This record gives sequence, C-alpha cells and structure tokens, in this order.
Amino acid sequence: MAKYLLLKHYRGAPTPVNDVPMDKWTPEEVSAHMTFMHDFATRLERTGEFVDGQALSPEGTFVRYDGEGRPPVTDGPFPETKDLIAGWYVIDVDSYERAVELAGELSAAPGAGGKPIHEWLELRPFLVEHSTVTE
Amino acid sequence: MTAAGQSAVDETLLRSLTPAVIGVLVRRGADFAAAEDAVQEALVEAVRSWPDDPPRDPKGWLVTVAWRRFLDGVRAEAARLDREARVWQEPVPGPVTSVDDTLALYFLCAHPSLTPASAVALTLRAVGGLTTRQIAQAYLVPEATMAQRISRAKRTVSDVRLDRAGDVATVLRVLYLVFNEGYSGDVDLAAEAIRLTRELAARIEHEEVLGLLALMLLHHARRPARSRPDGSLVPLAEQDRSLWDTRMVAEGVEILQGALARDRLGEFQAQAAIAALHADARTVEETDWVQVVEWYDELVRLTDSPVARLNRAVAVGEADGARAGLAALAELDPSLPRHTAVEAHLHEKDGDLVGAARLYAAAARQAPSAAERDHLTRQAARLNAVLG
Repeated sequence: MAKYLLLKHYRGAPTPVNDVPMDKWTPEEVSAHMTFMHDFATRLERTGEFVDGQALSPEGTFVRYDGEGRPPVTDGPFPETKDLIAGWYVIDVDSYERAVELAGELSAAPGAGGKPIHEWLELRPFLVEHSTVTE
Repeated sequence: MTAAGQSAVDETLLRSLTPAVIGVLVRRGADFAAAEDAVQEALVEAVRSWPDDPPRDPKGWLVTVAWRRFLDGVRAEAARLDREARVWQEPVPGPVTSVDDTLALYFLCAHPSLTPASAVALTLRAVGGLTTRQIAQAYLVPEATMAQRISRAKRTVSDVRLDRAGDVATVLRVLYLVFNEGYSGDVDLAAEAIRLTRELAARIEHEEVLGLLALMLLHHARRPARSRPDGSLVPLAEQDRSLWDTRMVAEGVEILQGALARDRLGEFQAQAAIAALHADARTVEETDWVQVVEWYDELVRLTDSPVARLNRAVAVGEADGARAGLAALAELDPSLPRHTAVEAHLHEKDGDLVGAARLYAAAARQAPSAAERDHLTRQAARLNAVLG
C-alpha cells in the first residue's frame, strides 16, 4: 500500500536500448506502441493498482512571481532544459518490488522494429501521510 | 449523512450489523461474494429509507432486504443464462447466532492468500460496512480501482470455507495496518480500526487482540497533542500532555493489564506496554526510560524487528545517555528508515550541534512523510540558527 510515480521522460533519462525517435517508426509500430500503453493502463485498473495516468505536452511555459501588483513573468520553453517529463502513471501497490516489476513491464513497450524500447523510467515514492505509530 | 429535515441513520450501528448479516446469507446458501454485494445494497437502502421509516428490528430488516437482493441477483443471472432458475427456499427465520459468523468474516477477509492491500479493503467493506467510495477516498485511489481491488479479493477467497477459524495474527496485522493509515477523507480509519478490534476482542479470547486494542487506544489518546493546528508534527517530548485523552489512556492501561495477566506476551502487548509507560508520565522527565528499554528488549526478542532496535536505541539514549544510545545505534544498519533522524537526535543530545544539524538535514531528505520532512527541516534550521 504505497503510491509511486512512474515518470516517462522526453529528455533527461539515460538513453534507451532501442533508441529510435518515434517519427522514424512505421505507422504500425506507432499503433502497436499505443495499444501497449492502453493495455497497460487497463491491466492496472483490473488489478486495482491504478491511481492516475497522464501524458504531457512537450512544450510548456515557465512562470514566476514578479512583485506586488505586477503580472507574473512568463518565459520559455527553454530548449536547453535537461529534464523534460513526458507523462506519468501513479500506481498504488503492495511493495517496492511490485512497483519495480510494473515499471519493468512498461519499459518493455514496443518501439522501432516492434522490439522493446527498454526505456528508462523513473520510479519515485510518494511521501506518505504521517503514520500513527512512528513517534 | 444528515440532510436537512431528516433524522440521521446511526451509521455505526448499521455498519456494526454488516458482518452478521453477511453471515446469515452465507449460511442460507449464498456464496460470500454475492452475499457481500447484497448486504452492501441493503446498507445503501437502509441509509435512504430508515430516516423516514425506522425499522423495529434493524438486523432483521437488513437480512430481509439483503436476502431479497441476493435472490433478485440469482434470478437475473439465471434468466440471463436462460436456464431454469434454481429454487431457493426461503428459510425459516430463527434465532441467529451472529458471533461465529462475524468472527469467521474477520478470518476470511484477512486470509493469508490476500495481499495486505486487498485484505484491508475487504475487511473495511465486509466487516466494517464501509462503502467502496469511502474506502477509496480514505486510501486516495479512484473508486473504480478500489472496486476492482475488492472484487479481486473476493474472487481470491471464493473457495475458502467460511466456517473455520484462521490465524488471529493475520487479522491483527490487517487491523494494525488500518489503524496506522490514520485519517484522510471523511472516514477516520484509526477510529474504525479501534471499533473493529474492540468487536474482535468481544468475540475471541486472545491476549494479543487485547494487546493491539490497548496499543491503539494508548496511541489514539495522544492524537490531539500529536499535531499543531497547522498540521505540523509535535514530537512526543514536546506534546502538551494535558491534551491527552486520560479516559482513553486509562482504558488502554486496564485492557493491557488484563492481557499481561495471562502471561502470554506478544509483540502488541509489548508495544502497548511501551505506549503505556509514555502515557503514564505526566512530564517527559518523569518517563521511566529504564523500563522502556526493558520492554524494547522484549520486543526485539519477540520480533527481531530492526524498527524495534532503532527505537530501542532512542530509549537507551534517554536511559543511559547519548553515548550509550549512539553505541546501540552503531550496531544497526544505517540504511534503516529513520536511522539518520535518530542519529541526529542523539548527536544533539551529546552536544554535537554541528553534526546534528547536518544529520537533521540529511534525515529530512530521506523522510517518508511530508510531516516528518518538515519537522526534521525545522530541527536543522533551529540548530543552524543557534550556530550562526
């Protein structure tokens, strides 16, 4: 009973084994990939481990406070930003081992040539509610 | 539950009847999964109709409505399959011995074939009478996810006979997990765990059930002092002890004494004994740390748990001084959760403020909860402010 964020990166993760950009795949390979992702989410729902899953647009804006009475400053996107999140799953699982297992399955999503991408996914535990008997 | 112009249904009463009603249906021949669904529907119906039309016999009402729902389900299923409907005889209502049914449900819902998360969810629904939505909110997952978890759990135990006792220890572990989840959403899981443990204690003679109940009460009694209004954490040593619920403490102590008198020590009794020693001290200085260490020795002997060893090191630090605490800590695996936080505390106690500040900051980065992280960050900031 622990929640984990499974992060997919556009940029910033180590290079995957099957490192061919998606626009160089065949349309069938793209479809196969999408089907795999959809099935993964459905499977998580069936096992009662799904909490959330979202994909993000690669382009975003940086925003910051600019002082009293002034509108926020916006900037970017910055092409040099090293880390770029593509999307995530939030899973609620019994153990860290199970979270690793699921991340491994997701990383096997098919890419170019129908072969697994071996993409590096980042697994981050949620900070939990403070439990009662730890003081 | 209370809408304007409507008298509220006693939800606790309603929920406390849940396992017994499921038991009646199962004994009449329903399988557990279908019985459980039917009773959930009856509960929903009760919340809707009881305010205007309260039944004289709430349990009888629930049995009747749940059984009818169950039969509807069976008939619908039979019709769907285009088979001749199986004949279900309406049994003669007789005196119902609910005790064994309820106890059997505790065992079923904590069956060893279930994962902890599944056992918790199933227990809260079938024994606790909570709705899937309430359980989902309490565990911060979508309702559909919780519904799946519960129906999978029901499938997992579908072949388990409901008429035999299981291992009490598995039930206690599930209740302990529920208690430790605390409270988020509109269901107070700690209070619910206490209610379910209390019901269990009334049904089975077992010293560890009493030990767990005492432990829960002794911890729950301190809850009002454990956090500030802004949600930040107040460590035990700094808690305003006048906020502790003394009646609950007294009840916990009394239950614990009854358990210990049976002379069959277990881990929950040992943990409760430690909690009782803290509850017994009017100020932190009055704490009998020597006895606390002795109980941790027992706990380590019983469980060989690294967490117990870590907490023991804290107690040793209080009983015999920071150096002794650090020596006890040195024997433990530094990768243990909260190891660095304990190390920071003992270093500060030993007068090493520079080391302690560094360790508090490191501990904050490793903290498993936001409240602990914030607390440890403040500790580091406090020392850094002194050090300049």
